[in-house]
Amino acid sequence: MNIYVLLKKTFDTEEKIVVSDGRIEDDSAEYIINPYDEYAVEEAINQRDEHGGEVTVVTVGDEDSEKQLRTALAMGADKAVLIDTEDDLEEGDQYTTAEILAAYFEDKEADLILAGNVAIDEASGQVGPRLAEKLDIPFVTTIVDLSVDGETVYIEKDVEGDVEKVESTLPLLVTCQQGLNEPRYPSLPGIMKAKKKPLEELEIDDLDLDEDDLEPKTKTIDIFLPPEKEAGRILEGEVEDQVKELVSLLKDEAKVL
Amino acid sequence: MSNIVLVIGEAQDGVLRNVTFEAIAAAKKIKSDGEVVGVLCGAQTLENQAQEMIYYGADRVVTVTDEKLENYTSDGYSQAITAVIEEESPAAIVMGHTAVGKDLTPKLAAKLDTGLVSDATDINEEDGEVVFIRPIYSGKAFEKKVITEGITFVTIRPNNIKALERDESRTGEVQAKDVDITDLRTIIKEVIRKKSEGVDLSEASVVIAGGRAVKSEEGFNSLYELADLLGAAVGASRGACDAGYCDYSLQIGQTGKVVTPDLYIAIGISGAIQHLAGMSNSKVIVAINKDPEANIFNIADYGIVGDMFEVVPKLVEELKSLKVNS
Repeated sequence: MNIYVLLKKTFDTEEKIVVSDGRIEDDSAEYIINPYDEYAVEEAINQRDEHGGEVTVVTVGDEDSEKQLRTALAMGADKAVLIDTEDDLEEGDQYTTAEILAAYFEDKEADLILAGNVAIDEASGQVGPRLAEKLDIPFVTTIVDLSVDGETVYIEKDVEGDVEKVESTLPLLVTCQQGLNEPRYPSLPGIMKAKKKPLEELEIDDLDLDEDDLEPKTKTIDIFLPPEKEAGRILEGEVEDQVKELVSLLKDEAKVL
Repeated sequence: MSNIVLVIGEAQDGVLRNVTFEAIAAAKKIKSDGEVVGVLCGAQTLENQAQEMIYYGADRVVTVTDEKLENYTSDGYSQAITAVIEEESPAAIVMGHTAVGKDLTPKLAAKLDTGLVSDATDINEEDGEVVFIRPIYSGKAFEKKVITEGITFVTIRPNNIKALERDESRTGEVQAKDVDITDLRTIIKEVIRKKSEGVDLSEASVVIAGGRAVKSEEGFNSLYELADLLGAAVGASRGACDAGYCDYSLQIGQTGKVVTPDLYIAIGISGAIQHLAGMSNSKVIVAINKDPEANIFNIADYGIVGDMFEVVPKLVEELKSLKVNS
């Protein structure tokens, strides 16, 4: 099976967000593979191990994205592709990313494309479904189970807590939800091997695209931090009195009861 | 330029979700003098739901019924709604940022070659431009976003934009539209209900969440009792889910649900940053925890340092007597 994973690097979850001049400071940030994309990498490896074939991890990013691609290779992916837009594009949105990926996939024979269901930074969850539409293949989002039998794919999809059993066919794009699997940590031999695995670097020229094709359709005009929360009130006294006080505060001060 | 704002409604078990009404209010924020046109898809008659949309502010509603639309599928619904979009050529489209909204809207946006602002929590006008506010980095920051080209297309986060008052005197036309739904490439074989009865977590105005300190599945019973009293939904931290005290469908956090209720009561939750990502934008936060150093107290409006097994039953008593007296 020809399996592809769409991967994005995101800020480490512990990273504190600093905003200056309406943009997020990213100079000293630590990056990780978007946690939902890790489920996609793990699932891709498992499917390949079961059905044979090859796992290619694709990212649209900058030269620093190599680190996350190498991690995916160390987990067990076979090949990586870095589409570096840093020199060519000043701005982009989900439309832009989906257009770039659609151009990349145009001449590929992908059987299965896996992505995270959402990235924890911009959290739009658009790129997967957009790409499937562009490639004119079906997609299923927020999957928690996947099995492939010939051309038929059996999926369990999380729908806000309920589970739908879905059947579809290859080629297919899926987006991964927590619960699908437990992503492995790269092993030391895996890390050593990853250094020698192929990593192809592309720019938008290589995909016959230019900046005008990729003009975003939305624009971020400002970024700001939520207002600092005032220190809360820790109640005191006997438990009974604290509970009474809490209820009256919720009723009369916060007015939420 | 068209004056129409299309609102894609969503029903669950035949009842419209509240976010549909919030989306109508959002439509009016986007275009105060616009014509709000609802659109509904389903397998059976949608007359009642269409009427509800009108009571909540829609000017008219287009319904598409077909047996292939019984369950939501991206193929089926996108065919139906694309046909409506082609006929109405709206200036803007609004839908809830729900499981269905998240699945359907990017596909429509790609089909229409438009931008899409997902998960907006507020809509304002600045210098004649419609500006959307949306949380990023798990609510650690917010961005202001505008659409620079084409249709204004947005999904809104449930529970943030207030629905208009229901007004039964409002009237409007309900139009049935025939759309030929062709073969679906994904087929729903079965739906397994795992969600507990009652209030939907992402739409609840009160959420009671338990952590590892709840200690067992049975420990959650007192949380459910509290939830019943408050008309609340029950949620959990990852720790509680990992320990098997409750289903992952209840998990709130970076992986899991994001909730913004009016009142969030965190019980025995230490407040790891990944948990805060799912709830820190709640309006009022109450923390009950044994450990006075627990991180959750840093974002709580009100805190009780104490053993939940002692505090929660007393809280249940107090709320019961409040109910009796009011």
